[in-house]
Amino acid sequence: MAIWLARLSVNRWRLALAPEGAAAAAALPTALITDTAHGPRIAAANDAGLAAGAQAGMLLADARALCPQLTAVPSDPAGDLAFLEKLALWAQRWGPWSALDPPDGLLVDVTGAAHLFGGEERLLADVAAACARRGLTVRAALAPTAGAAWALAHYSSHFRQPAAILAPGDDPLRLLGALPVAALRLDDDVLTVLRRLGIKRLGELAGVSGEGDDPARETAARDAFARRFRNRRSPAANPLIRLDQLLGRVPEPLLPVIAKPQPMVQRRLMEPIRHRDLLDRVVDDLAQDMVRALEARGEGARRLELGLWRVDGEVLQRRIELAVATREASHITRLFAARLDDVDAGFGIEAVQLRASWSEPLSLSQADLDAAAEQHGTSLAACIDRLSVRLGPQAVTRPVARASHLPERAQGWQPPLDPVPPPPSQLFGGTLAFHTRPLKLLDRAERIAVLYASPDGYPQRFRWRGQVREVVRVEGPERIAPEWWRERSTARLRDYYRIEDDAGRRYWIYRQGIAGDGRGGVPDWFLHGLYA
Amino acid sequence: MPFKPSLASVLPRTEPARLSEARWRPGVDAPPASAPFHSEIFASGSEASGAGLALALAHDALTSPGEGGVGEDTRHVLWVQDRKAMQLNGRPCVAGLPPDLRHRLIHVAAATPEDALFALEEGLKCRDFACVIGEIAGNPRALSFTASRRLSLTAERHGVRLWLVRLDADPDLSSARMRWQARAAPSLPPRWNAAAPGTATWHAELFRARAYPPGEWMLSDENGTLHIRHPKPVVVNAAITPDLGHLARPTIGQSLAARARA
Repeated sequence: MAIWLARLSVNRWRLALAPEGAAAAAALPTALITDTAHGPRIAAANDAGLAAGAQAGMLLADARALCPQLTAVPSDPAGDLAFLEKLALWAQRWGPWSALDPPDGLLVDVTGAAHLFGGEERLLADVAAACARRGLTVRAALAPTAGAAWALAHYSSHFRQPAAILAPGDDPLRLLGALPVAALRLDDDVLTVLRRLGIKRLGELAGVSGEGDDPARETAARDAFARRFRNRRSPAANPLIRLDQLLGRVPEPLLPVIAKPQPMVQRRLMEPIRHRDLLDRVVDDLAQDMVRALEARGEGARRLELGLWRVDGEVLQRRIELAVATREASHITRLFAARLDDVDAGFGIEAVQLRASWSEPLSLSQADLDAAAEQHGTSLAACIDRLSVRLGPQAVTRPVARASHLPERAQGWQPPLDPVPPPPSQLFGGTLAFHTRPLKLLDRAERIAVLYASPDGYPQRFRWRGQVREVVRVEGPERIAPEWWRERSTARLRDYYRIEDDAGRRYWIYRQGIAGDGRGGVPDWFLHGLYA
Repeated sequence: MPFKPSLASVLPRTEPARLSEARWRPGVDAPPASAPFHSEIFASGSEASGAGLALALAHDALTSPGEGGVGEDTRHVLWVQDRKAMQLNGRPCVAGLPPDLRHRLIHVAAATPEDALFALEEGLKCRDFACVIGEIAGNPRALSFTASRRLSLTAERHGVRLWLVRLDADPDLSSARMRWQARAAPSLPPRWNAAAPGTATWHAELFRARAYPPGEWMLSDENGTLHIRHPKPVVVNAAITPDLGHLARPTIGQSLAARARA
């Protein structure tokens, strides 16, 4: 179904006027103008204006020459489009799927929906009545294809058709053949070309559409057309494509308008309320409902409208806007409480409605998660996630034992929640049980300067980090051979000593190599670990 | 040391009974209402006494009867270090950890003190951690009184304990409930090799605490339990000539040497 809002901008302008002034304004010749490079030009004119001679596309100066009392009002194409978009959603009352047809049309898919309105004629009558109630001048038409419906809606007045309905069984070419080629939704320059070619009606173009008596001649004519418009890819510039779309031979994709329902909650009250505290209570309930509705959509409200229906038919509106998207019932209640002081309940309020007319995505409740975590604490997995997101996955690890004797290889770091491999001591039958190991291992063993070595070979006095330490107790050596299958043949063995200095500090030091092992000079001493 | 000598050494011994009653001792935890959830241990960066004492205190507190530590605790322990602390003091070595902790340690290597504080706080918020151990070197600007107050409140709110080891740091303002100064102390010679280093011993000074009067202790960690070692020369002499009395009993399936080593 195509709906053509023939006088959309004028209708909108009239609707925007105050009801009492509308009749008077309608009587005055008025033109909606747009500013162009050549001065203001008339975009549309009301009935009185049309009668006075103003035409769409005229320069305002020319129109004023015809009718000096013509009133000029700026037009609002963006507002028209927004209105059309809302109208497309509204038109979904007749069918589940609607598309915009700018600048002033709508397409509604009513396939299989007409019987709900009692037939196609009744459906069209319903459209006309509903639009008339809204003060809109429309022409609607039904056809199997969008193109045919559009053609009927716009040009059926040229055509003696009582009801603008094209049943699926009808032959579209026979019924629509009398329409002008402009009914094909073509661009103006294409229409000019067609006019120059002498083609004025659909029926004449249809001679090349393969429906006539002489297929060979038609094919030749169609080829000629195809050659003439071979560079026109856009449907609006190629009459053949448009014709095929109208006939349903070529599919025509349309962009549907998807309704974005506003979160809305309401309470109908059994007993009209007249007192403020009851109203506060209702608003509080509504705010909580609204928070749930917003939560389900993952949104927060930026603007909230509270409608109060009074028993005597009055509707009171209260509106709040919020600085950031909010989903907090107490906050909403508090804000509304300040706006409800001047509400006149009259004989009572029978229904209260809260609507979030502007909402923004608000990620689902860090706040709630935090609140839950505040009360019960986070789980281990959540904690690890938070840590590794901020610090990086390699910063959060778990130390695990590996099968090696070298201290730095005997320990690996793995992601904290990965399964822990069985300790190597179990893997190898207990052969990897270590002698006492330090509590802390330095990332890189630090070199120490041995000042005085005892005859047994371990240092009696050494300097580490600029401090001289006197070794009081020693245990060792624990010899750890290099892993020859991993390292070069010149790697030296290590002799580890557990020492304690005069102040009781316990360290793990080693000598790298032995004098005379042929793998370097005098062996160096290193401090590798710290005992508790 | 930049702060005053400990109160215990200055106080006249007027009420020895009450004072000794209130004094801190290992194995006895404070009542839950005043349990110290946030403790600080100041230690030098060139020894592992701070971390060792923190682990010992943690083990002591978590296995105390008040904590319900009868069964085996399978919860994880979070160990947070900032980069400076890791450079200064190294990373935990899994083979050197207490055996019950080896399989349930999660280590966080934070680049900056700010990250370390974040990790500490997140760890305190987690109900699946037995306790949190932190190591932060120096007196970073991020670890202000406000930050420590945050840690205290989070720990108290979620009931997860924090032992924060401060390496090479001055005891600045902090809201920690117990503040220790720890340093290594000469260990007792082990029974079988008197020339070898013995079990870990620390000189620990409690210089600020809410529930306890300040005091000084020689603490040692023997087989996973914290003991007070009385710094009396008699004990040292007794240790040099080992008391073998408890070994003089029937050995079943184990040699005396194995029992002594165990």
